[in-house]
Amino acid sequence: MTAGLWQNWVLPGIWITVQLLVYSAVLAATVAFAVGTARTHRSRAVRFLAGFYTEVFRGTSALVLMFWLFFVVPPLLGWQLVPMWAAVLALGLSYGAYGAEIVRGALNSVAAPQREAGIALSFTPWQRLRLILLPQAVPEMIPSFCNLLVELLKGTALVSLLGVGDVSFAAYLVRLATQESAQIYTVVLVIYFVIAFAITRSMKALERRTKANIGVVVK
Amino acid sequence: MTWDWSAVADFMPRFWEGVLLTLQILVLGSLISFTLGLVWAIGFRAPTRFVRWPVHVFTEFIRTTPLLVQLFFFYFVLPEWGIQFSALTTGTIAIGLHYSTYTAQVYRAGIEAVPAGQWEAATALSLPAHRTWLAVILPQAIRRITPALGNYVIAMLKDTPLLAAIGVLEMLQLSRLESASTFQYTEPLTVVGIAFVLIACPASLLVRTLERRLVR
Repeated sequence: MTAGLWQNWVLPGIWITVQLLVYSAVLAATVAFAVGTARTHRSRAVRFLAGFYTEVFRGTSALVLMFWLFFVVPPLLGWQLVPMWAAVLALGLSYGAYGAEIVRGALNSVAAPQREAGIALSFTPWQRLRLILLPQAVPEMIPSFCNLLVELLKGTALVSLLGVGDVSFAAYLVRLATQESAQIYTVVLVIYFVIAFAITRSMKALERRTKANIGVVVK
Repeated sequence: MTWDWSAVADFMPRFWEGVLLTLQILVLGSLISFTLGLVWAIGFRAPTRFVRWPVHVFTEFIRTTPLLVQLFFFYFVLPEWGIQFSALTTGTIAIGLHYSTYTAQVYRAGIEAVPAGQWEAATALSLPAHRTWLAVILPQAIRRITPALGNYVIAMLKDTPLLAAIGVLEMLQLSRLESASTFQYTEPLTVVGIAFVLIACPASLLVRTLERRLVR
């Protein structure tokens, strides 16, 4: 592959993939925390709505959701969505639903007396969540969030189908320009593998550091 | 923009074709992933590291790279090497191979959950390796792993629209073709989105019931 193709398409493609990953991970984490905590709420209506959201967004394909957000929603609302943001929205909303289940599971795994202690100390529900439940639940969530982040990285490849110039789209352009598939697709697969490897290593380090505070050894 | 029921009615015959093809990909893809997954899982436990190590690296590589790029790799690269399949066959093999690396982890967990005493009993009875696997270990492991395999079938269902990228006429591709010919995107894409929820939700309920029945 010539240096020009690498500089013009593949490097910017890697940068866009990383940007997509960061934006959609932030959105997915926000949705996951909001919906996950809502699933443990006292009100049955709030729990039902959060459960409904999770079932619908986990039940549909991220690609179909992306197309729907790009082609269907903007005309309905009368505005146009840039493909990049349609992709971020679709990935964030879809993977946020998976994350919500991780948050719910981790919150439920905190021992009941911890909640009761918070009530006994007259903490508000928000204080109980912020000061008691989340500090204990977050270390439990990290390994599952690491898997989710790798899944999200793989999900970013879908944006190439909307024409967003990520690294998969760069591969498509290089294939068209050079009529040579094996080399570019092997390079792109290795790029994804390296980013995924970096994610799992850094999440492992984060997990080790977080759990060291509560005396758990991470192998 | 208003919802046009006649566009839904026009799309329905093609939509059913797409549903059938999606289900066909799902069944064949599942068969490939269940079979290959078992091969990888047995490879993980091979006595020599010259088998274990390549199997680990290969499955980890496939698991951490996007299915979409793998689809393009198979679809565009294999013909360069003189191997030519239709888009449907390539897509089904790719999705089966991709998910086999997930099912391999499920099989591995199931096999590791069989008590060590069962392996020792098989050794004490001098059972040959194939009898140990087929008559002792796998029947006990499969009961534990069936629900987890079901979850991956649902995940696979949601990944079938990716095959549209290489031109397979499944639900999403048919809705795109319909939209391109009528300029009505709302109805076909919404029908396909709802279809996924309608297939996935009962399937996930079924898996949950299976889990309650089998894992006790």
